[in-house]
Amino acid sequence: MAKQVYYEDVEVGTDITPLPKIATTRMLVQWAGASGDFNPLHYDEEFAKAMGVGTPIVHGALKRAWLGQLMTDWIGEEGKLKKLSCQYRGMDYPRRMKTMEEPRDGETWWCKGKVTRKYEEGGERLVECEIWVENGKGEKTTPGSALAALPVRKKK
Amino acid sequence: MANGSLITDEMRKLIGVTLDTIVFKVEEGAIQRYAQAIGDPNPLFNDPDYASKTRYGRLLALPGFTGWPAKAGRPTEKLFAFLVKAGAPARILDGGIDFEFIEPVGAGDVLTATTKIANVAERETRLGKTMFTTAEVTYVNHKGKVALKSWATIIQF
Repeated sequence: MAKQVYYEDVEVGTDITPLPKIATTRMLVQWAGASGDFNPLHYDEEFAKAMGVGTPIVHGALKRAWLGQLMTDWIGEEGKLKKLSCQYRGMDYPRRMKTMEEPRDGETWWCKGKVTRKYEEGGERLVECEIWVENGKGEKTTPGSALAALPVRKKK
Repeated sequence: MANGSLITDEMRKLIGVTLDTIVFKVEEGAIQRYAQAIGDPNPLFNDPDYASKTRYGRLLALPGFTGWPAKAGRPTEKLFAFLVKAGAPARILDGGIDFEFIEPVGAGDVLTATTKIANVAERETRLGKTMFTTAEVTYVNHKGKVALKSWATIIQF
């Protein structure tokens, strides 16, 4: 994890440290098991076709969880995530596997964000952020927002 | 169904009514598996010894992870089945979610989740006539405090 970020360090427009992710068929299975979402849309070719999405798609909630990590990595242990929202706008398709562990070549997704507002309220130092997941073409398939409280530097 | 609307009177009557209550147990191993699945190495979510020495005092759950239901079935899954039974279109997509985190959630917590339909709307989209249901879930922890709330959008077409 990166070093602790403080309220004084950020301004409107400050970038959140980007986080790369690679969705694979293997990761989707692992996610289904860990999250309890067993919708066949994410692993059954025929079902995905019948549902009109072509082939199995990446779970929206997995992309939401990536955005959660984007924020918890950035705000650090002393930060507190208060709100997280996102919309699953665009379909994403996982990379297939080349070996048991290694994915085939393909796109890498990037979780990104920036600070849109900073203010104090109720004794907390808050930052509002625009966040998103973008696909290999740079399209924001999962736009969202977050609100977090950040610590202040201790006075010497 | 009047004027070809996807929303039935039965569905309208359910707006604001509590549909379901589910008890979730937040277990250490479940938190670790969730962190591993997304590839998040944060010790707060992976290392119980480390996490127990922080202000949280226990392995912390990742944002939005609320553990496993004591009985089968998750809130939105049950709601899907319910809406389809009430005559809503069977093709379903997850539209997105809003979370509000109030109290930390960690290993050993027990959460009671109540689900209600906050809103039902429909409009024409590129999928055709499409229905949008907002499901509001409130999670109360074993200390009787609201730990988090979520608003999920369910798309049916």
